[in-house]
Amino acid sequence: MNPMETPKEYNAYVEAKAPKSPILKDCMRAFLVGGLICSVGQFIFEFCTFKGLDQTSASTIVSICLIGLSAFLTALNIFNKIGKFAGAGSLVPITGFANSIVSPAIEYKSEGYVMGVGAKMFTVAGPVLVYGISASILVGIIACFFV
Amino acid sequence: MKKLGNQTLKLDHPPTILDTASIVGPKESEGPLAKYFDKCLEDEFWGEKSWEKAETKIFRETINTLLAKSGLSAKDIDFSFAGDLLNQCISSNFGMRDSNIPFFGLFGACSTFVESLCIGSVFIDSLACNNVLCATSSHFCSAEKQFRFPLELGNQRTPTSQWTVTGSGAAILSKKGLGPYITHITPGAIVDMGIKDANNMGAAMAPAALSTLCTHFEDTGRTPDYYDAIITGDLGHLGKSILIDLAKSKNIDISENYDDCGVLMFDKKKQDTHSGGSGCACIATVFSGYLYKLMKQGHIKKLLLMATGALMNSTTSQQGESIPGIAHAISIEMEKE
Repeated sequence: MNPMETPKEYNAYVEAKAPKSPILKDCMRAFLVGGLICSVGQFIFEFCTFKGLDQTSASTIVSICLIGLSAFLTALNIFNKIGKFAGAGSLVPITGFANSIVSPAIEYKSEGYVMGVGAKMFTVAGPVLVYGISASILVGIIACFFV
Repeated sequence: MKKLGNQTLKLDHPPTILDTASIVGPKESEGPLAKYFDKCLEDEFWGEKSWEKAETKIFRETINTLLAKSGLSAKDIDFSFAGDLLNQCISSNFGMRDSNIPFFGLFGACSTFVESLCIGSVFIDSLACNNVLCATSSHFCSAEKQFRFPLELGNQRTPTSQWTVTGSGAAILSKKGLGPYITHITPGAIVDMGIKDANNMGAAMAPAALSTLCTHFEDTGRTPDYYDAIITGDLGHLGKSILIDLAKSKNIDISENYDDCGVLMFDKKKQDTHSGGSGCACIATVFSGYLYKLMKQGHIKKLLLMATGALMNSTTSQQGESIPGIAHAISIEMEKE
């Protein structure tokens, strides 16, 4: 077969030839690290309720701690190494969200605090905020009328 | 100068590559070619406050190193041709800012180094110039910032992605000298086979490399075995094996004497660079540091040097455009006809 005849054939040839991501290995790592992060969160939660906090306050403290820890590790150039190893395992929990805001803030500091840090901080997390907030408004409206 | 066939120029007065210089970043300094470069940096910032400033400094210092090595001063250089990957080619513009050398800024993405050698050769062939300067640079961190994600973002790279080389390579072409000579130039046409994955540059550029390769052989009447080595710029591991396949489908066998600078630059297993090196500096540093020395030592007498470029930016990728590829080739030989 001549893989160069049409773009369609060439794309199919490249697709077949290109090395694939090791899905099973990636899933295992994501499961382990993601599970570990959630366990840390659960530990903080249990500790807070043990100290007499109500469930809502304890949940808030879990988020604050994980976000703080993730931002701190991002600044130390450690979080990207965890992310490289764990993939979705560190990306999906709230740790990934914190990392996606802190990393552009660091990257664009050279353009100043207004047009750099301020303006570029949400380049990665922006879509999550926009669609997250939009979806919650939509669900809120539906709940308001039908529930 | 004479035009051969469709798009090859045979130079009547082949310029000598008088000297070359190269500076590379820390990751390249851990690679298999480290000992061939003029300077290996220990950190990506090199004392500067931003990646862009660091790349500019690498560019400027490579030019200074080259002038010192060649014994020429900036006044001896008639024209300069340079480019890089950053928007509006700022690394070259700012790197050349204080040089007072007449300057042409070029953009051919990762093909820019050979593009600059092509145009520089024509200027020398006109016999109106004595020396011209050709240079390119790229920087892993500034390229990631412009084309992909912030460095600290905890994401994974795909297996086909390539690692932008941090560094700069430069060469002086001269009317006088004893070689190596640039004897033929084959500038390429843009080829787009519909690859849309910006993390698979090798596959996007390989068809352009094939087009230029076939045209070069057709125009010159040469065959692959005429050359001691055929070297592409930054097709990487995947692109290299695709090009071998594609060439075979055109009944051209390059498997014996062909390699790629992106493959040569890094140790894939130890350095976790996935499909290999890329960027304007990839072929510039590998040629300036390694291949040029092999030619001077007589290990390579006839070299076909072909730089490949992916002519896209992040906006076109987001708009769903496919990636146009380009490849420019030059014959570098120790003897002129």
